[in-house]
Amino acid sequence: MSSPVVQLKDIKKSFGPVDVLKGIDMTCYAGQVTALVGDNGAGKSTLIKGLSGVQPYDSGQVVFAGEDVSITTPGQASSYGIEVVYQDLALCENLDIVQNMFLGHEEILRGTLHEPEMERLATKALQSLSVKTVKSVRQKVSSLSGGQRQTVAIARSVLREAKLVILDEPTAALGVAQTEQVLNLVKRLASQGVAVIIISHNLNDVFQVADQISVLYLGKMVANLDRRETTYDDVVGYITGTKSQEGN
Amino acid sequence: MAEKIETSLASGHEGTVRDQTRAYLLRLKDGEMGSVPAIGATIVLALVFQYLSPFFFTNINFANMFVQAAELTMLAAALVFVILLAEIDLAAGVTAGVAMAVFIRLLKAGWAWIPALGVSFVVGIVVGFVIGYVVAKIGVPSFVVTLAFFLGFQGLQLLLLGEGGVYRIEVPQVIAVMNSNMPAWGGWVMLAVSLAISFVISIWDRARRARVGLVNKPFSIIIMKLGAVGTLAAIAISIMNTNRSQGAIPIQGVPIVVPITLVILAICTLILDRTKFGRHLYAVGGNPEAARRAGIKVVSIRIWAFIICAILAVVSGLFHASRLQSVDGSAGKTIVLSGVAAAVVGGVSLFGGRGRISHAVIGAFVITMIDNGLGLLQMPAGVNYLVQGGVLLLAATIDALARRRGGVVGRN
Repeated sequence: MSSPVVQLKDIKKSFGPVDVLKGIDMTCYAGQVTALVGDNGAGKSTLIKGLSGVQPYDSGQVVFAGEDVSITTPGQASSYGIEVVYQDLALCENLDIVQNMFLGHEEILRGTLHEPEMERLATKALQSLSVKTVKSVRQKVSSLSGGQRQTVAIARSVLREAKLVILDEPTAALGVAQTEQVLNLVKRLASQGVAVIIISHNLNDVFQVADQISVLYLGKMVANLDRRETTYDDVVGYITGTKSQEGN
Repeated sequence: MAEKIETSLASGHEGTVRDQTRAYLLRLKDGEMGSVPAIGATIVLALVFQYLSPFFFTNINFANMFVQAAELTMLAAALVFVILLAEIDLAAGVTAGVAMAVFIRLLKAGWAWIPALGVSFVVGIVVGFVIGYVVAKIGVPSFVVTLAFFLGFQGLQLLLLGEGGVYRIEVPQVIAVMNSNMPAWGGWVMLAVSLAISFVISIWDRARRARVGLVNKPFSIIIMKLGAVGTLAAIAISIMNTNRSQGAIPIQGVPIVVPITLVILAICTLILDRTKFGRHLYAVGGNPEAARRAGIKVVSIRIWAFIICAILAVVSGLFHASRLQSVDGSAGKTIVLSGVAAAVVGGVSLFGGRGRISHAVIGAFVITMIDNGLGLLQMPAGVNYLVQGGVLLLAATIDALARRRGGVVGRN
């Protein structure tokens, strides 16, 4: 039922003499959560930065929705429907939820901001994710908890009708209950047909939300695992380099 | 997309008048105090000065304070644009001084006053652009850049006007701004038009919300707000419409500078509250990195803020020159610090991202009242500065505490 949203083929990237990505292949499907795991320095961030247009790849093929594309700026990534939710969230605390969700993409009516329309669409996006933890969409972000901020950042990608959402360590700074909320949100996001890539160091989280687990080890994709057919120990083995899949 | 799911997501527009009042008080408690401390200070100062000096609440001093406050209000409003970005423009006053020096030199060279004034505004725009460019593009802290302009432009003023040079302005239209009054009916028309515009905008906003199916606040809130503002304004206008002359020729009416200031401030408020530019200005002030990632052109927003600041500063300089009916080589040196003080006292946060034009107005009134009241009590100038300094320190402390209370967790 699910079709590939993005396919990476033989992606390479080096910084001077250091080869950070040594020919990566990766496929993300609509409606599926792909966890990207690997130790520090494995190349996760570099892989993501290329997809989001912050730092283009040196070589390789990016197939997005069946077409060869080249993503060299964040604007291009955004126009293809790729949204990144950064670890530090990038929200303006002095603005409210609606204002943050529409930042840089404001609805305009006769030269002035169309606040009611933005409020309506933001509310709709939050409702579609069944967000219940936020009291008012006109709350200032400064008054929100870490989990609520993550919620706003994720809902922003729904608003932009993203096809691929990349979450960078979304639960790193959260407590147990809030982690639970955010992970549920990630599942609901995927259930809307969005392809989700989640970077995480926390394997509990990974096993809870991911459909597919992709393991990077020193710039190589050493394993693409179906979550239901793998174990915690296997994944740790791939991450630390004590195991490797045949053919790689 | 999913169908409408029942949730408890509110928008802050729900509930009765009582609910709204409670929500407002809650926001105050959470540190979103805005200009409430400054309004309190205005009332306290008015009572204290009225008690100490029988002259304070006379109609002549009342009108006088509006005229005195106009310059400072305009400068404080100018500074709001840069303070919202957590920047500062110490050169705003001397920029105005240089622009006025250019204005008077052109007048003396035989130019008509309108093109001469146009050129002085262009001077302001160029200065604002240069400061903004150096700050935003090159990355020199605005404190240092504008300090350099502050020093340099004092020299430029002297070079343009000569040591101790004072030039009389002989343009009746310019002098009229601060020294003439509207006829009595002019004040009432001004009030009626302002209330009508506010009312129409409120109705328009409600209609827009209703059209997309959103809840509106109780209608009575609009009536109460407009009623309160209208009553205060009506009292002020009727005081200013009484004859305040101590000689044979009657002086009465609202000073012409009042409607001019109101129009400019209304436009500034519109820009900040209702345009994309205004929204982006707040965003850059709140979190420049988030704004950049959202695709906002941070550099151009910063440059524009300095340009707008310079333009409004020139207006303030024009008010100053009109009041004194002359231009001198040291204009704008001291007022800029009072301008910063006014903005901060009124509730504009030096940390950036929080504050409104109306805050600058209220802050300017507090500073003007201190100035005026202590002057009436014949206090030495030293006391005046000490009090102003104390008030500024207090306001900045309230700002810092409110910021901490506002739940800014995790950062700083």
